[in-house]
Amino acid sequence: MPRVKTRGFGVRAVGDRIFNLTTLAMALVILALLAGLTAELFRHALPSIKAFGFGFLTSTDWDPTTDQYGALPFIYGTAVSSALALLIAVPLALGVALCLSEMAPAWLSRKIGFMVELLAAIPSVVYGLWGIFVAGPWLRDHLDPLLAKYLGFLPLFQGPQVSVSMLTASVILAIMVLPYISAVCTDVFRAVPRSQREAALALGATKWEMVRIAVLPYGVSGIIGAIILGLGRALGETIAVAMVIGNSPQISASLFMPSATLASVIANEFVEATSTLNLAALVELGLVLLVLGLGLNIAARLMVYGATQRRFQKPA
Amino acid sequence: MADNKMSTRDLRAFFHKVEALHGVTLGFAGNRVTAIIGPSGCGKSTLVRCLNRMHEVVPGAACTGQVLLDGEDIYAPAIDPVQVRRRVGMVFQKPTPFPTMSIEDNVAAGLKLNGIAVSRAERDRMVEESLRRAALWDEVKDRLKRPGASLSGGQQQRLCVARALAVEPEVLLMDEPCSALDPISTARIEELLLELKENFTIIIVTHNMQQAARCSDFTAFLYAGDLIEFGETKQIFTTPARRETEDYITGRFG
Ligand SMILES: Nc1ncnc2c1ncn2[C@@H]1O[C@H](COP(=O)(O)OP(=O)(O)O)[C@@H](O)[C@H]1O
Ligand SMILES: [Mg+2]
Repeated sequence: MPRVKTRGFGVRAVGDRIFNLTTLAMALVILALLAGLTAELFRHALPSIKAFGFGFLTSTDWDPTTDQYGALPFIYGTAVSSALALLIAVPLALGVALCLSEMAPAWLSRKIGFMVELLAAIPSVVYGLWGIFVAGPWLRDHLDPLLAKYLGFLPLFQGPQVSVSMLTASVILAIMVLPYISAVCTDVFRAVPRSQREAALALGATKWEMVRIAVLPYGVSGIIGAIILGLGRALGETIAVAMVIGNSPQISASLFMPSATLASVIANEFVEATSTLNLAALVELGLVLLVLGLGLNIAARLMVYGATQRRFQKPA
Repeated sequence: MADNKMSTRDLRAFFHKVEALHGVTLGFAGNRVTAIIGPSGCGKSTLVRCLNRMHEVVPGAACTGQVLLDGEDIYAPAIDPVQVRRRVGMVFQKPTPFPTMSIEDNVAAGLKLNGIAVSRAERDRMVEESLRRAALWDEVKDRLKRPGASLSGGQQQRLCVARALAVEPEVLLMDEPCSALDPISTARIEELLLELKENFTIIIVTHNMQQAARCSDFTAFLYAGDLIEFGETKQIFTTPARRETEDYITGRFG
């Protein structure tokens, strides 16, 4: 009687273990890189951290001549320019995405989609130049007076109108993040199942109502994801902002005034930093930017998680 | 055929110039259940989707001929398809609750659409009435705020029935509403049909012959885009006039 040969499960298990260990190692490398980067930034920022402590985050004083450094104007500039950029870009991007996914015929949609994505291929420095020579002066001469005239009762739109300003930087940033947000949103909307759209239409929904009750709610987590992506780009964008924001370490209520962001001040001052403390303070700004970016990403991810958990509950 | 709620005349449907329905002329009696049977791919879905102008939603789809609702052609140039779909509701093969909405909001989804403005109390009343009509009220009345997707498949399908009924259509189209359901849920939906026909005209597509025999008053047999035979359900199932019909209902058919 022939004996049944048994091989056991050894070989397969070893292969799996090697695979698991390799992927784990790769994942750990990423974590290690992040940790190492943070540690290194921390080490170089140490003189500034020692000198100013938490006051660094709340001080508005940034003066290399007296070696006084405070990050608040740059945190403010980063937050406001990014927020304003999103405020402009998100509605536009949603409009573009809806047009591409719902309205335009397929051939036109492909062409427009391609052109919008080309916007993402333009180098930052070109946006910066365009901002300096075209967009900035145009905004100063045409948009600023209008805003001052009709919304001038708000402190945001008061005071002298300058072409290198928070507003110009925000508009440039908005144009730069638009293609990312709209490309992701277009994909998100296209992924809404045909059955959901038809369910809405069969109830007697118009096209817009179908978008409202079937497409947008279904895509909500994807939309938030797209906005996070845009926010990430806006927070970290350096050269274009440095070229058009005016680089003035001040907090002014008016959007017509120059300002500075964490990224733009680092780019501007790093090469000519004089003292050790100046250098350390700039590195600490980098650390703040890193923490801000990570924090916002985590917060946004939690938001998406919360929204999807609450909304898309699986059958019990 | 004078008291037909809906009827079609020489209805032809196309997908990119390929004809899927070859001139169907058929009447649907008011307050009755009409079943459409036939092998898969014969054009049953296409036919019902022409009845509420959902066919044209598919890119490249078109149709010719007439579809009359109370004697009026729903394909007349002046007619808005949105208005047609309010009068002729539809339930699909797979349950399609809106996943981000609660049970209650799912039912009320159609009530928030154009032109319909209802008060909170009125809305609650219509939600309850629709859920009762769809025989779902008792199962969900304590959890109206829970997501619609938290229900079982059979409950989801009845939720979709309730959602379709809430906008008070005159005709209800059901495209194989039970094909994704278990036998118990299927039985619930079948019972439901008998109650619903008091108030609505029902047209149901089914590939299940017993189902057609059990719950319809009239049956239309479709084959390869042609209407082969139409008549009272009892007659179709006991003494079919056409050879193809007999072959199909006795299962002698590919
Ligand atoms: N979206 C579509 N594009 C092209 N042809 C289609 C489409 N939907 C259905 N058809 C064709 O139309 C015919 C009828 O389909 P359908 O009405 O779905 O059949 P049934 O519902 O009876 O199974 C089939 O031959 C099918 O291949
Ligand atoms: Mg079908």
